Amino acid sequence: MEFGPHLMLAMIEGAVMAAVLALMASGLSLVFGVMRVVNVAHGEFYMLGAVAAWVVTDLVGAGPAWSFAAALILAPLCIGTLAAAIDMSVLKRLSYDPERTIVATIGLLYILQQATLMGYGADARPVAAPFDTRIALPWVEWAQGGLALYWPWGLSVTAYKLFVIAAAIVILLGLRLLMTRSRIGLVMRATRIDGEMALAFGIPVERVYALVFGLGAGLAALAGVLVVPISQAHYLMGGDALLLSFIVVIIGGLGSLGGTIVAAILIGMGEGIVSVFFSPTLAKIIATLLVALVLVFRPQGLFGARAR
Amino acid sequence: MSDLTSRTPKLDRRTVLGTLAGAASLPLWARHAGAQTAEPIRIGFQKHATGIGAAYGRWYDRTSQAAVARINAEGGINGRPVELITEDDGTDPKRGAELVEKFATQHRCDVAFGTLFSHVVVGSAPRAGELKLPYFVVSEGHHVASGMLNRYTLQPGITDVKSQVISMAPWVTQNLGKKVTMIFPDYAFGHDHRDFFTDAVKAQGGEVVGLVAIPPTETSFTRYFPRIPRETEVIYHVMVGPAVLTFVKEMGEFFGPSRPEIFGFIDSLEAVDLASPGLEFLEGTYFWEGAPRYAQADQSEHDRLFRAAVGVDANGASVDDPRDVSTYAHMFGCWETLYVIKAGMEACGYRGPQDRAALIEAVEAMTDMPHSAEHPQGAKVFNGRTHQVFGPQFISRVTEGRLVVQHQTAIKDGFYPDEVDYTAQPL
Repeated sequence: MEFGPHLMLAMIEGAVMAAVLALMASGLSLVFGVMRVVNVAHGEFYMLGAVAAWVVTDLVGAGPAWSFAAALILAPLCIGTLAAAIDMSVLKRLSYDPERTIVATIGLLYILQQATLMGYGADARPVAAPFDTRIALPWVEWAQGGLALYWPWGLSVTAYKLFVIAAAIVILLGLRLLMTRSRIGLVMRATRIDGEMALAFGIPVERVYALVFGLGAGLAALAGVLVVPISQAHYLMGGDALLLSFIVVIIGGLGSLGGTIVAAILIGMGEGIVSVFFSPTLAKIIATLLVALVLVFRPQGLFGARAR
Repeated sequence: MSDLTSRTPKLDRRTVLGTLAGAASLPLWARHAGAQTAEPIRIGFQKHATGIGAAYGRWYDRTSQAAVARINAEGGINGRPVELITEDDGTDPKRGAELVEKFATQHRCDVAFGTLFSHVVVGSAPRAGELKLPYFVVSEGHHVASGMLNRYTLQPGITDVKSQVISMAPWVTQNLGKKVTMIFPDYAFGHDHRDFFTDAVKAQGGEVVGLVAIPPTETSFTRYFPRIPRETEVIYHVMVGPAVLTFVKEMGEFFGPSRPEIFGFIDSLEAVDLASPGLEFLEGTYFWEGAPRYAQADQSEHDRLFRAAVGVDANGASVDDPRDVSTYAHMFGCWETLYVIKAGMEACGYRGPQDRAALIEAVEAMTDMPHSAEHPQGAKVFNGRTHQVFGPQFISRVTEGRLVVQHQTAIKDGFYPDEVDYTAQPL
């Protein structure tokens, strides 16, 4: 494949990855930002989203478009509710102590993974995309009569992949509006800045925490639902996603939503391009190296605020 | 069955049927009462219940259970019932080796059996050799026949990759094209494909113009496809693991309407429904099958019996759930291997672990295995020196959403010179 179309294909692949990663990592970042909880089970909520999407589409069975729309709404809601319940029954009892919550969420990771294995099984299962038209992309070349369009071999994207990118942008904009313009966002920010003072002002901090944990898990589940028509639902899919999300939030700055999104684009696009032109292993090496450099030279992340 | 019939002085059809019907009505203990001991023969089964081989594990288990049920209904082995001791190896070499040890010491198994993924075989076989536990694998790796393993490891139920690709390369180069790009998993099993098919294509005057190796844990593949050179006439693909459907689907998205000829190992689609969304582009492409997934027009009575016993319908799916597609191209190997174990134990008068060496020698002495209910995939030839069996292969074309066999190779098409003589190793 020629260089130009090859690069464009790499960028499209990278953009899809960045979109999914941004959604997932913003959930992780939100939970840390407000609650100071490092949620190691975040990847499993992503996996549960994908598995729930399969379950819902299988139960609804009303054609790909309707089934998928149902999954897009029901799966994040169910997973979010489950996460809120977990927050109230586990994390609250640990008083959100940073060390103990890490151990608790590691345990949660294994419980969720093994429960999925027992209930759903070890197979990877596909979910039909609501629409999946292949769109051949044009490229410009110098011909004798000046610029001319042509359709290079292999240069294409599917309508669904474009939808994933668009959906992620819309959801992230919505999240930003929720955080900056709504009363719930105001309460969350107040809780983040000083939990005790917020409590003194009558904000039900425990309920806010449950809501935030549910929202974070819901965002991961939403990423899982969006990814499942591209790459199937499998009980082990949470591991890689968690690793990449951590890389993203460390580079972007734990707790910084803007930083998370910039880092997701950086890592997603970088991984897409490097793994197309060189190798996926090299892309992972570079991402990990970047994390190390950020931790050495800017421990709070590119956009994170210094600890006070 | 042999000891039931041997006591019948004049054998006619009615007597045999009467005896069998009588035996079938007895409880299990009574049927085996003629043996020196009614203690069951224990076969330790490494099942890929979890991990990337889970779909194979599920069907290897069903096939093995069906074979054991049939063997027991026929009177067991040497008059003793057979018991499968199943443990999950997690498709993990380290756990595989631990299981071999567990089978030998804790469960007191007579033999170990069953695993598919070559890295689990390679991880487990040395321990089986050390414990002198006969280890019957139903993999396809060339490691048994290459001499990499030991005298206690045998592969009598399924042909190895080297033999498969040698026998099919002439058909591929003569019918599809001579410039081939290979897409394969980047570990031992994939490397067998890469090395042996490249040599086989060269021997046919063809050329491998591109090699695309993909890590086995990969879940997204579009990024690899631009490496396929434009002059490619044939894509040769073989992928394994849970992401196979994604792989084939993304390949279709990449090529769109202008694809080269495509020849795939069914491994890329084992346990996947051909009617899955996104697979329409496979129409008119070709696949290798160890055994044809769809019942063919000339289906043998043995294949019919095998399907019914395991619970597989004419489309290769479970009779209970048409969406639960089997690993039909590989799982016959479990059935056939269990019958080889039975034949070997009967030939050497196997009594217990003290006769394990005699069992190895008895299997090594086997040669021809005729097409039969015990060998439903087809006739086979076993090479006792290399511990590897050779059988026919099938090339099928996707036609109206079904795999229709176009060509069947002869057993001799897959022969190659011996690379090892295990019989020279001490037992």
